[in-house]
Amino acid sequence: MIRKNIIQRVAHSATYMLRNPKLLLGFSLLVFLLLIGIAGPLFVDTEKARPISVPSNMPPSAEYPLGTDSGGRDILAVIVVGTPQTLRMGVLAGFFGVLLGTMLGLFAGFYGGYIDLIISGLTDTMLTIPPLAVLLVVAASVRSVSVDTMAIIIAALSWMFPARTIRAQVLSLKEQPYISMARLGGLGNFRIIIEEILPNILPLAAASFVGATSGAILAGIGLEVLGLGPQRAPTLGMTIYWALLYSALIRGMWWWWLPPILILIILFVGLFLTSAALDEYVNPRLRSKR
Amino acid sequence: MPYFVRRLIMFVVVVIFAATLNFIIPRLAPGDPISSVLEELRARGQTVQAEDDIVAVYRERFGLDKPLHEQYISYLVNTLQFDLGYSISYFPQTVESALLNALPWTIGLLAVSTFMAFALGTLLGALLAWPRAPQFLQGLIPLFMLLSAIPYYLLALLLMYVFGFLLKVLPLGGAYTSATVPSLSLPFILDVIKHGILPGLSITLAGLGFWALGMRGTMVTIQGEDYLTLAEAKGLRDRRIFFGYAVRNALLPQITALAIALGSVASGAVLVEVVFNYPGVGWLLYNALRSSDYYLIQGVAFFLVLTVALAVLVVDLIYPLLDPRIVR
Repeated sequence: MIRKNIIQRVAHSATYMLRNPKLLLGFSLLVFLLLIGIAGPLFVDTEKARPISVPSNMPPSAEYPLGTDSGGRDILAVIVVGTPQTLRMGVLAGFFGVLLGTMLGLFAGFYGGYIDLIISGLTDTMLTIPPLAVLLVVAASVRSVSVDTMAIIIAALSWMFPARTIRAQVLSLKEQPYISMARLGGLGNFRIIIEEILPNILPLAAASFVGATSGAILAGIGLEVLGLGPQRAPTLGMTIYWALLYSALIRGMWWWWLPPILILIILFVGLFLTSAALDEYVNPRLRSKR
Repeated sequence: MPYFVRRLIMFVVVVIFAATLNFIIPRLAPGDPISSVLEELRARGQTVQAEDDIVAVYRERFGLDKPLHEQYISYLVNTLQFDLGYSISYFPQTVESALLNALPWTIGLLAVSTFMAFALGTLLGALLAWPRAPQFLQGLIPLFMLLSAIPYYLLALLLMYVFGFLLKVLPLGGAYTSATVPSLSLPFILDVIKHGILPGLSITLAGLGFWALGMRGTMVTIQGEDYLTLAEAKGLRDRRIFFGYAVRNALLPQITALAIALGSVASGAVLVEVVFNYPGVGWLLYNALRSSDYYLIQGVAFFLVLTVALAVLVVDLIYPLLDPRIVR
């Protein structure tokens, strides 16, 4: 009985999503970027993403379709290697950020009282602090970061929005009759959280994951453009940093900085569309009247 | 607790919290803060002027031999008096004087472009959801979505390439032509405006989409509210219903969003300054990072928090003028 319900719900969700053009477009863009990372290495020699592996400053040609940079890297190879690195950082940071935010929001909303006061106060305080300010101090004292360290540092600063959304949802869920029923039935707090509340906030957490990933990539690229990213990994942000450092723009080397920017624009638009579509799915009031 | 007192306390808490982070984070790294910074600089082959003076100043300032809680209190007192120590790369200069020199550029750029993005975006967003607005505006929605998804500094690079490099109609960077001496003469002011167009435009354009989409969302939800029907039934002019009834009510969530978004706006502007070599706080930060000028980095970080907290406080204090219900 219950199983059939779940199948129906999934089928219903799937048809809704397929009819949503935003989701379809956003999702296709993201799949395209994933394909660059998965299928790219089959066609492109990723060794050429290392410095001094090809002649430097070459404009696009048959041999180097996107040209080469001043450090002797093939830009096409850099894109193929860098895109999945950037995605990985964003997904890791977004996942841990949402995990932390969901837990904090759950506790604050469910237990209320002093716990809520402390968690909400911390959330509101952290929301007014620009993440870049904290990231700067951290990144400057933790010298030479890797892609994963960076993801963890950024995750520590991307839990506030999920925490706020989840807390608000838990506050309203808590007053639902089925929670009182569960309580009367003798279920403990822990089981109520796991069995009754968690399943109802998972869609919301999933929707905020996309937004958190986008925010994490934005913060990560910002750090990288300032030169605080992983010095050895050819991520998209580091490529822009090198291009700026070697004044690629005024030297007319558009093939150096334009490809990473275009990939990032595709990435942000894809994430934005997916996130907007998921928000509409979880919160039907946002659906525009058609 | 009265509304104003609550907001003021929040402001103080944020500032103290930021100062505390600045105190704790460097202490989590091994070694004492000043020696490790100087060691790092020597390892990179950089020479530091008046090294012994810096060490002496910082040992005294941090009171590194004293217990941790005393160090913390004195650090807090110094920071709250805006005494942020000496810059390592510009040595005789203090961090706060370096910041004060860069400040007018950043505030000018940020205030003008944020205000333009907010005002223009909100107005366009309101028109997007207004049934009697011109139809062609609907075609702008995909454009706004695109603009709101692109980070400020990426847009800045594109604009700089097109208008500065390809068309050569606007300068590629800086805040004024490098040979001129800053003065209050008309040609200099025009020069500054000309240099400010591209950085300002990137912040305005990138912010426009966000405000327009947010306003459109709220305007859609208030369509069909009773007070709008009443206003129409009274036979009020369309313009008056639009501004006095619809926009006035839909504006409130926008103002709340402004308070939350200011942090990312300020961070984004910092990066735009880096792209354009604009001599504001962002450029100062970029130089500080390149020369590992740790105290300047900390100073800029603290300053960013302070600015945003102040701006949020101002927004909070203006809010009751728009929505008198909030004070109760």
